[in-house]
Amino acid sequence: MTKSIEVKDLTLNFGSVSVLKNMNIDVQEGEFVVLLGPSGCGKSTLLNCLAGLLDITEGQIWIKGKNVTWSEPSARGIGMVFQSYALYPQMTVRGNLSFGLKNQRMPKDEIDRRVARASEILQIGPLLDRKPGALSGGQRQRVAIGRALVRDVDVFLFDEPLSNLDAKLRSELRVEIKRLHSKLNNTMVYVTHDQIEALTLADRIAVMKGGVIQQLSDPQTIYNKPSNLFVAGFIGSPSMNFLHGKTVDGGKAFHFGDHKIDLAGYDGGAVLERDQAILGVRPEHITVSHDAPAGPSIPAVVEIDEHLGADSLLWLKAGTKELCVRVPVEGRLPAGTKVHLGLDIAKASLFDNKTEQRI
Amino acid sequence: MADTALPMTKSAVVPSGTKPRRILSGRNIMLYGILIVVCLYYILPLWVMVMTSVKGMPEVRLGNIFAPPVEITFQPWVKAWSEACTGLNCDGLSRGFWNSVQILIPSVILSIVVASVNGYALVNWRFKGSDVFFTILIFGSFIPYQVMLYPIVILLREMGIYGTLWGLVLVHTIFGMPILTLLFRNYFSSIPEELFKAARVDGAGFWGIYFRIMLPMSLPIFVVALILQVTGIWNDFLFGVVYTKPELYPMTVQLNNIVNSVQGVKEYNVNMAATLLTGLVPLVVYFISGKLFVRGIAAGAVKG
Amino acid sequence: MGGDPENRTLKLLKVGAARDLGGPFSALYSRGERMSGQPKRLLRNLNAKIAAIPMVLTTLVVFVGGTIWTVVYSFTDSKLLPRLRWVGFDQYERLWSNSRWMVSIENLMFFGVLSLVFTISVGFLLAVLMDQKIRYEDTFRTIMLYPFALSFIVTGLVWQWILNPQFGIEGIVRGWGWESFSFDPLNNPQTVLYGLLIAGLWQGTGFVMCLMLAGLRGIDEDIWKAARVDGIATWKTYLVVIVPMMRPVFITTLVIVAAGIIKLYDLVVAQTSGGPGGNASQVPAMYVYDYMFQAQNLGQGFAASTMMLLSVLIVLIPWAYLEFGGKKHG
Repeated sequence: MTKSIEVKDLTLNFGSVSVLKNMNIDVQEGEFVVLLGPSGCGKSTLLNCLAGLLDITEGQIWIKGKNVTWSEPSARGIGMVFQSYALYPQMTVRGNLSFGLKNQRMPKDEIDRRVARASEILQIGPLLDRKPGALSGGQRQRVAIGRALVRDVDVFLFDEPLSNLDAKLRSELRVEIKRLHSKLNNTMVYVTHDQIEALTLADRIAVMKGGVIQQLSDPQTIYNKPSNLFVAGFIGSPSMNFLHGKTVDGGKAFHFGDHKIDLAGYDGGAVLERDQAILGVRPEHITVSHDAPAGPSIPAVVEIDEHLGADSLLWLKAGTKELCVRVPVEGRLPAGTKVHLGLDIAKASLFDNKTEQRI
Repeated sequence: MADTALPMTKSAVVPSGTKPRRILSGRNIMLYGILIVVCLYYILPLWVMVMTSVKGMPEVRLGNIFAPPVEITFQPWVKAWSEACTGLNCDGLSRGFWNSVQILIPSVILSIVVASVNGYALVNWRFKGSDVFFTILIFGSFIPYQVMLYPIVILLREMGIYGTLWGLVLVHTIFGMPILTLLFRNYFSSIPEELFKAARVDGAGFWGIYFRIMLPMSLPIFVVALILQVTGIWNDFLFGVVYTKPELYPMTVQLNNIVNSVQGVKEYNVNMAATLLTGLVPLVVYFISGKLFVRGIAAGAVKG
Repeated sequence: MGGDPENRTLKLLKVGAARDLGGPFSALYSRGERMSGQPKRLLRNLNAKIAAIPMVLTTLVVFVGGTIWTVVYSFTDSKLLPRLRWVGFDQYERLWSNSRWMVSIENLMFFGVLSLVFTISVGFLLAVLMDQKIRYEDTFRTIMLYPFALSFIVTGLVWQWILNPQFGIEGIVRGWGWESFSFDPLNNPQTVLYGLLIAGLWQGTGFVMCLMLAGLRGIDEDIWKAARVDGIATWKTYLVVIVPMMRPVFITTLVIVAAGIIKLYDLVVAQTSGGPGGNASQVPAMYVYDYMFQAQNLGQGFAASTMMLLSVLIVLIPWAYLEFGGKKHG
C-alpha cells in the first residue's frame, strides 16, 4: 500500500503560541484515521492544515505523492465535511453539490452524472431541488457528504461531522460513513471528540493533546495498551481506575496501601523497582467477590450501585481510594456490602509516575 | 437547568392574583401620559413645518404657527422648488435636489461596495496588519473632520477633482468607510466560518466567495447600509460646502442659503416648504425602513 | 478495503520515531522547500490584498497622514496657502488670546455638558418607559426617532422658526393676552445656547433612547426574575442592578454623543449663524471653517482644528483605556 497523506515535521504557531508541535503522520491509502482529543487539543486545526485552510509555519504536507504545502484547498484533491454542514443556504441541494464542479469548469453532463451518482449512493435524490433550510439535520449532513463525494477525490476530511446531530441519528450516520468507506475505499481523516465514534470507525486513532500526538495506533491497542496516563484516562467511560503505589520485589509485585498485588502476567516492559508507580485497571477488568479469594486481594465497600441497563457500575471504596467496577446485572450489590476485589493484571497498565509513560 | 427553569416560567405566566393589571390603572395613565406628552414635543416641529408651508404669507403673519391653515395653498412649495433665491441664484431648491441626487447615487454605491469588501476581507481573508488598519479606521471615525478638511482639499486638487461632484463622492466614500466597514465586518463574522471554508475547498476564490456566497446571504445588511448612507449623505452639509462649487451645492447647502439669505423679505411659508422638501428624502427612507433604520444606528454604537 | 484488520494494525507507527530521528535534517529540508514556497506566500490571497487597498489608503493617507499634516502645519504661519515656515506655538498663542475662540470654547463646554447630561438622562428615562411592555411601542419609537433621520440644517431651521419671537411661541402666548411673556432665546446672547439645546435635544434624545433601550433589552430576563423573587421594587432594581450592568452602554453612548458634540457645526450655522451679536453662539468647528476657507488664515484654522483633535483625544483615550486596556489587566 502507498502513502496517501504524509505530514512531515508540521509546526503551526499563532503568533508566539505554538498550536501544533512538530507533527509527523503517515496515512496509508484507503485508511480511516481518526483524530481524537479534548477540545483545544489541535485536532481540528490539524485537519484545517491538511485542507489548506490554514497556512502552516514549518514542515510539509504531501497528498498522493505531491507536495501540497502551499497549494490552494481546492487543488489538494480533498473533500471536506463540516460540523455545521456548511451548506450554501441560497442554493438548492443540486446547486450545493455542483458548486465546486462548476468552479472547475467541468462540462455540464459530467456534473449531472456525478451529482446523480452521489445522490444515489447517499439516497438524497428526492431532495435535490430543495434548499438546505428545508432539510433535517441528518439530511443536511448527507448532502454535505455528497458535496465531498462529487469531487471524486481520494481523501475525505471530516471535521466533527456528527456532533450537531442527536444521539440516534448520530449512530445511524456513523454506520453509514463506515459503509461508505468500505464501498469507496478512499482515505478518510476524521476529527471527533467522541471516543465511541473513534473506536468504531477508525483503522487507527491519533489521540492528541496540547498540539502533540500522544498515541497513534489501532483502536484495540489504544484501548488496551494506552501509551501514557493521558490516553489511558481519556479513552474509556467510566475512566480507568488509577492506583498510586510502588513496585517491589524487583518489579514482581505492586504495593498499594497495605496491599500487595502480584504483577505476574503483566503485558509490558521491564517493571523494575520503582518508588512511585501507577497501576491502571479498567472497570471491567476488576472482579468482585464476597469471600476473600486465595491470593492477595483488596477489600472494599460498595458505596453506590449505578444500573445502566445492560450492566451495572459499582462505585466502591477501598480505604480512602475510590474505584469503579463494571459488573453484569446479576452481580449488582446493595450499598454497604463488603467485598474483595481481584485485578486482571494481564489487562492492566502500569505507568511510571514521573514520565507518565506506560511501562 | 431546564427543570428549575420550568416552574419559574410557569409562575411568571400565571398571575398570582394579588395585583390584577387594569388598563386604566394609575400607573398606566402616568406611563402613557408622559409618553404622549413627549411625543407631542417630537411631532410639533413637523406639524409646524407642514402647516406653515401650506399657508399664504398673509395668514402666516396674522396667525399662530400651530394653527391649521384656513386656506390651503401649495404656492410656497412651488416657489421653494423652482423660484426661491439664494444670494447667488433664483432657481429654488430643484438645483440642489438634483445635485444631491447626483452626489448620492455614486457615493452610496461606491461606499457600500468598498466597505462591504473591506468587511469581508477583514473577516475571512485576514492578512498581516489588517486588524491594525481596522483599528485605525474605527478610531479615525472619532477624529473631528475639521482636522482632515484641508489635507483632503490638497489631495482632491492633486487628483484634479476638487470642486467636482466626484471629489465629494470620494469624500463620502472615505468618511462612510469606518461605520460601514464595522457594520459589514460584524455581519460577516456572524456567518459561520465553515461556510467560507467549504467554498474554498470547492475552489471558489476571493471574488467568487464574495459574490456567490456572501452577497446572497447578506441582503438585509446591505439594506441597512443603504439606509444609513442615503440619510447620512443626503443630510451632509459640511463636505458639501467645503468640497463643491456653488453651482454644485447639495440640497442642504442650497436650503441654508435660501432660508438664511439676508436679501429680500422673509417668506416663512416658502422657507418651511423648502425645509420640508429637504427633509423629505430621509423622512421617506426612515418611515419605509422602520426597524432597519434602528438596526443601522445601533450598529454604530455596538462595537464588535 | 473490506477486511484484514490485522494488516492494518501492523502499519507504521511513525510519530515518536520520526520526531527523534528527523531533527536537524528535516529542519534543513523544510527550509529548502520553503524557499520555493515562500515567494508564493507573498502572492497568496492577492485579491484580498488588492481589495484592501482602499482601506489601507484611507487609513494611512487620510486618517493618519491628514491628521499629522494638519498638526505639523499648525506650527507654521500659513495664510492663503500652506507653507512650511515655522513659527512655533505662535498660532496657538494667537488662538487662545482670540476672544472669538474663547467664546467658542466656552459655548462648546456649556452646550456639551448640558446636552450630555440631558440627552443621556432623558434618553435613559424614555428607554425605561418604553421598556414597560407598553402597547404601540413601535409607534412611539418611530415618533421619537424621526428627528434623528433629519439633517441638522432642517432641525436648525425649524426651531429657528418655532422660536421666532414674532410668530413663534412668544408671539402666540402674547396673543393669548399675556403681553409681558418673553421667550426669545435666539436673539439674546445670554440664552441663545438654550435655544440650540432645545433643537439639539429634539434631534438626539431619540437616538440615545434607542441605544439605551437596546441595552435594557440586552439584560438577561433572569435578572428581573431574581430581583422579583428577592422582592426589590422596580425603580430600585433599575437604580441598583440595571444601571450598573449597563455601564458599557452608558460609556459608549457618552463617547458617541461627546464626539458628535465636538463636531457641532451645521446646527449652529442653520439656527443662529453663530449670532446673535456676531459671535454669541460660535463653536470651534465654525472658527476652523471660517479661518480656513473664509479668512484665508490657514495656520489659525490648523491650530484650532488641532485643539479640537486634542479635545476628542481627551474624551477618547480614557475610554479606550477602560474598554481595551482594562481587559488586559483584568
